[in-house]
Amino acid sequence: MARLDVRKTWKLWIGGAFPRSESGRTWEVTAADGSDEVANVSMASRKDTRDAVVAARKAVGPWSGATAYNRGQILYRAAEMLESRRDTFVDEVRFATGATARAAADEVDAAIDRWVHVAGWSDKLAAIDGSANPVAGPYFDFTLPEPTGVVGVLAPQDSALLGLVTVVARAIVTGNTCVVVASAQAPTVAISLAEVLATSDLPAGVVNVLTGFADELGPILASHMDVNAIDLAGAGDDWAALEAAAADNLKRVLRPAATDWGLDPVPAQMLALTESKTVWHPRGM
Amino acid sequence: MSVTARQGAPPELLEATRSEAALRSFLHGLGGVDAVGLETRVAGLATRSIKKDAKLAGIDLAIAMVDLTTLEGQDTPGKVRALCAKGIHPDPGDDDCPSVAAICVYPDLVATAVEALGDSGVGVAAVATAFPAGRSSLEVKIADTTLAVEAGASEVDMVIDRGAFLSGRYGQVFDEIVAAREASGNAKLKVILETGELATYDNVRRASWLALAAGGDVIKTSTGKVSPAATRPVTAVLLQAVRDFARLTGEVRGVKAAGGIRTSKDALRYLVLVQEVAGPGWLTPDLFRFGASSLLDDLLLQRTSQRTGRYHSADYLPMA
Repeated sequence: MARLDVRKTWKLWIGGAFPRSESGRTWEVTAADGSDEVANVSMASRKDTRDAVVAARKAVGPWSGATAYNRGQILYRAAEMLESRRDTFVDEVRFATGATARAAADEVDAAIDRWVHVAGWSDKLAAIDGSANPVAGPYFDFTLPEPTGVVGVLAPQDSALLGLVTVVARAIVTGNTCVVVASAQAPTVAISLAEVLATSDLPAGVVNVLTGFADELGPILASHMDVNAIDLAGAGDDWAALEAAAADNLKRVLRPAATDWGLDPVPAQMLALTESKTVWHPRGM
Repeated sequence: MSVTARQGAPPELLEATRSEAALRSFLHGLGGVDAVGLETRVAGLATRSIKKDAKLAGIDLAIAMVDLTTLEGQDTPGKVRALCAKGIHPDPGDDDCPSVAAICVYPDLVATAVEALGDSGVGVAAVATAFPAGRSSLEVKIADTTLAVEAGASEVDMVIDRGAFLSGRYGQVFDEIVAAREASGNAKLKVILETGELATYDNVRRASWLALAAGGDVIKTSTGKVSPAATRPVTAVLLQAVRDFARLTGEVRGVKAAGGIRTSKDALRYLVLVQEVAGPGWLTPDLFRFGASSLLDDLLLQRTSQRTGRYHSADYLPMA
């Protein structure tokens, strides 16, 4: 007797759990690689977005309070987990993009290396961006980068895995937490990445993945008063309204820009989602 | 048992409070609570969808019903003053936002709260009678109550002696409530049953009737110091008791659900319960209260989200 395949239910990732959309909505994603496979993917709603922001807010304390060294270890762990599922990801990138086996494998390898690259920067960014400031008085005066808080991320639409890994890693490496709206072209890759992160010792809620549509969820994140920054990498051309909505609570905004996702992010890109804190400390005898 | 119900009470109640034996037979003669039926009904009422204007009205009503509470060893006069300022103007950016019903503190901080609230109309509730365990002599409990009332408390939240209740000494519990009622003078007396320690719905119903017969103006679920605190089924039993008590005696008493209510959604479900179990007449801050510390913040977040159409942040709420 033929065995029935166990099909995977593609859900969201919110606060460390994998719920379906509260709205019950799904949409069909067809294969880009010519196969007749179809994935039914959860379509996140306004309330899912709200829940994800609540989870991300809850995670800010523990994640930003962890040592930079520890955050680096956890990001490196993500690379380990991704490496062990390399073949699955090659298949999923091909399903999403129709890339050749060779090109897909290159993208997955680059994504694994990207985690390692960013992980290494975690405890070095403060040394690059921080400073001991010369001041006219008997004070130690120093400046340190601190995480901005909850970051809304619209993942790039044109890069299934590498772009997603880059925008997530550069947001969380400094201690931010994020709510990511996955590319509508490659939602299954994003959920598989969520499964990788779920087994990487990342505290619940540090990364939350919503599959759905940036034009529906973007405005909700942009106007949300409890989101502190928004990365518009995947917002498309109509991002001006998002930036305007983000101004209400003075969100830090990363505008979309033509980006070669093949290049490792430079420190300035990781530091874009930090705030400088300057401390004055009286100097003793 | 030394005291009986007030003159003018209906014959059943006069008879029941004539002696401890009569009280016991009255309380044990109350119908038992169908636990499965109760929980099913309460769960059914929780599915009711309240949106838009009804939700906004419900949130405003819930804010006006909050007894904003701080009952911690680390309470300071400064914290109480901040809480009072927040209670008077929960949303400083919106004059239409109602004030809370009362500020609930320990007796030694009543004077601070009274001064901070001035003539704002917000009441001061003091927990008394050896709160939260209620384990002390009657003299100490009465002194505690007197301290609160003399400092200006307009409401007294007393606890019953659960040990006495559970061992069947109903007369003692009754007498203590009557004594606290007298010591409270004109202040409203809320009787905390601490339902989390009463174990069964039948006990909750008996304790409710006992407290009402002894003259409690409001029956209250919990101190907030014991888990489980307020649950909706337990609150439904209390609401049934005040409804039936009103039918029997014509006297309308209130209910306060306290402890563990943190979200607007939960608060709205309680309001549905009040409407459906007791009746719409009880949907007023005089007759139904929420005892809570963090609930107000969520109500304010939801209120602002509803009004502005965008999700709000706790960063913009007054602290306290």
